[in-house]
Amino acid sequence: MNVIATTDETQEKHPLEDYLRVDRLPHIWCPGCGLGTILGAFLRSLLESGLPPDKVSVISGIGCTGRVAGYINLDSFHTTHGRAVAFATGLKLANPELKVVVFSGDGDLAAIGGNHLIHAGRRNIDMTILCVNNFNYGMTGGQFGPTTPETARSTTSRAGNIENPFNMPALAAASGAVYVARWTTAQVHQMQRSITEALLKKGFSFVEIISPCPTYYGRMNRQPTGLDQMRYYRSNSIVRHGANPNEVGVGISGQIVTGKFIDVERPYMPGPGNGDNGRQT
Amino acid sequence: MGRKVGIEVSIAISEAVKLANADVVAAYPITPQTHIVEHLAELVASGELDAEYIPVESEHSAMSACLGAAATGARAFTATAGQGLELMHEVLYVASSMQLPVVMVVANRALSAPINVWGDHSDMMAVRDTGWVQIVVENGQEAVDNVLCAFCIGEDKRVLLPVMVHIDGFHLTHVVEPIVLPDQADVDDFIPPNEYPLPLDPARPVTMGSFGPPVIYPEIKKRQDVVLRESKEVILENWQRFGEAFGRYYHPVEQYRAEGAKTLLMTMGSTSETAMDAVDRMRDQGMSVGLLKLRLWRPFPFEELLQAVRDADLLVVVDRAISFGGPAGPFCSEVKAALYNQDKKPKVMGFVAGLGGRDIPVGGFEAMVHRGMEIAEKGGGEILETYGVRE
Ligand code: SF4
Repeated sequence: MNVIATTDETQEKHPLEDYLRVDRLPHIWCPGCGLGTILGAFLRSLLESGLPPDKVSVISGIGCTGRVAGYINLDSFHTTHGRAVAFATGLKLANPELKVVVFSGDGDLAAIGGNHLIHAGRRNIDMTILCVNNFNYGMTGGQFGPTTPETARSTTSRAGNIENPFNMPALAAASGAVYVARWTTAQVHQMQRSITEALLKKGFSFVEIISPCPTYYGRMNRQPTGLDQMRYYRSNSIVRHGANPNEVGVGISGQIVTGKFIDVERPYMPGPGNGDNGRQT
Repeated sequence: MGRKVGIEVSIAISEAVKLANADVVAAYPITPQTHIVEHLAELVASGELDAEYIPVESEHSAMSACLGAAATGARAFTATAGQGLELMHEVLYVASSMQLPVVMVVANRALSAPINVWGDHSDMMAVRDTGWVQIVVENGQEAVDNVLCAFCIGEDKRVLLPVMVHIDGFHLTHVVEPIVLPDQADVDDFIPPNEYPLPLDPARPVTMGSFGPPVIYPEIKKRQDVVLRESKEVILENWQRFGEAFGRYYHPVEQYRAEGAKTLLMTMGSTSETAMDAVDRMRDQGMSVGLLKLRLWRPFPFEELLQAVRDADLLVVVDRAISFGGPAGPFCSEVKAALYNQDKKPKVMGFVAGLGGRDIPVGGFEAMVHRGMEIAEKGGGEILETYGVRE
């Protein structure tokens, strides 16, 4: 009996199937990786937001998260490493009616593309950034990056990282983001609700999602399976809406402060009218 | 005389950098180069290599950090590939113009878009004119040996130029080969200390890279070209010294069963080993076919090339990069340019093959030779002749 290639014709279609390029599946993500959970949550948020899918564009950079652009059945662009936000800026300014979403990893957004991130925040470009933070460069084999906690081990910090990491919500807030939130993949409902809010927010919205990379970060830091990392998130995450982003840094162990930290209004680009920046006169 | 070990080529390259006692390694991960800098991180962490390891935030920063280090007289190393090399582009010119002898291994990789992590020579060709000494190797042993030579060549006071060692991504970086790793004492004897003549030093302040207005800029550029061309003597000298010390000799244009051959296949990099098999097969069939492998890409070895092709009627040049809208393949157009002013010269047929990691099998080289002969005889042929590409 051929058990591998059977399909049950009567079986109902997966509810998100219309939004995925099923011909590109199975995906390349490792078992236990958090990326599938986040992609699912994003697609449900998209439906929940009521945004017309043909007016939504998803931009990715390079890395494991970058693969999203190839799996999602929306207009998408897989940019070169670090340039997702710069590309998205051009896209949004040239076609203001699009909802532009940048779906990328911490290495892409905060290291090689860090400059674009802070300047898009400063200009308050109307786009949503979904920053998947797995604390290392997964795709190239688990090197430490701009978010790797101090003392964490990686393939390029065998004896423990000695660098001070970025606290991503603080970076986004300091850059000028009008919406800043953080969740872990163990908080799927909150994450989903938050992504919906971010999608509907006018201006630069930033959601950090802390996600397991069992293959590298987890394995090298005593949480060898995705489940170990999820258990850690579940028992250590606390929700503190409105927390000062400067006080939510993440270490190698201990508490992970999650929640919606910033939700303010500020003139954004491109504004609601032709050529303005949304400033009320 | 060293020990022969079964080792991944990338790891062997890191061991060579350790043997060369690099002072500074700046690194950013990129496939298929990453294992090189990853293993260097291990060597630094374990104390086996006493160096500063700087994991920067992009390749542009990696090269910039290497320049800073080299400007103080430190021995600086980095490795990259494909898009990473492209992102470094502007700094590459600064390295050669400022005569800062950085050594870099490039794991040759195709360029975006679409994203492709596999090997070809597009990245190498895009940096052809950056003023670096560029050496192309075909296997792991050659990579190790030439990384050692690269430090001697670049740091020689008659040269003081950055050096790239090109190795094919995946075909070399990710394979395990039997490689002789030389003994530390022998390498210490072979590589002289780096005595950079005018380092940044607060006791003797110098300014580097400040304005070069039209009144001086052309002279600086002319001089830069002269230094790169003249570096060939030092390269030959060091390859000779290396051969005497370690028993493996290198030449700007390597020949394989080329004596008396009427048709010469020409290759660069790891595909040369496949091409050797193809030449064996064709020789067995009684065909007069040999192989030339270009080892030194910059400075271009004009004399050695002309010498090597003097008896041939036909050259079949295989490029692993396209010059879009131009003369098809960059390697082929260099060969043609080198021959143009000669009275007696062979015909030259260029092919583009093996883009983005597509395999060139032994039969592929045979097919290109046959097609090249056919065009040479009957005329015709396309501006861009490709092998193994669907229409
Ligand atoms: S390497 Fe890490 S981030 Fe990448 S797919 Fe595997 S688990 Fe996920």
